[in-house]
Amino acid sequence: MATINKKIKDIINKNNVVLFMKGTAEMPQCGFSMTVSNILKKLNVKFIDIDVLADPEIRQGIKDFSNWPTIPQLYIKGEFIGGCDIAKEMYENGELKKKINFI
Amino acid sequence: MAISKKELFELLKSGFPDGEIKIDDLAGDNNHYAANIKSSKFKNKTKVQQHQMVYASLKGKMGNELHALALTTEEK
Repeated sequence: MATINKKIKDIINKNNVVLFMKGTAEMPQCGFSMTVSNILKKLNVKFIDIDVLADPEIRQGIKDFSNWPTIPQLYIKGEFIGGCDIAKEMYENGELKKKINFI
Repeated sequence: MAISKKELFELLKSGFPDGEIKIDDLAGDNNHYAANIKSSKFKNKTKVQQHQMVYASLKGKMGNELHALALTTEEK
């Protein structure tokens, strides 16, 4: 538990934009994950995709870490942004672009 | 692994007694829903906090019995 939290912290602190998703940005395995991955692609931002299906420890660990029961989960600059609904809302109202411009 | 619309509504209503709650069964399979909740409890909360409050009202069902819930929350 402590190790996995540290692992997650390292990932989100070392990378500006991190998407914990089912599958990869190239091959998403879930529609919600695909939606967020496509949004990031449209915003032309470099991001790290972490496939939770490849690592059961991260899959459960990220849910506990964020206190968030579902995947995908988006982190920008170490801050938890939200899941698919929030990412979509923030993309549509321009807030996500603003956040990314600040990187 | 499914939850009825009625059960979902009751869980949300118990979490947000003043809530105006709209639920759509997206796929007709009791497993993919969209919910819109307007509640005064969302006042001064971030979106993440608002959604966390909704998930808390579902008492661990989100991501388990309930696979997908597209969520929009608004202050009342």
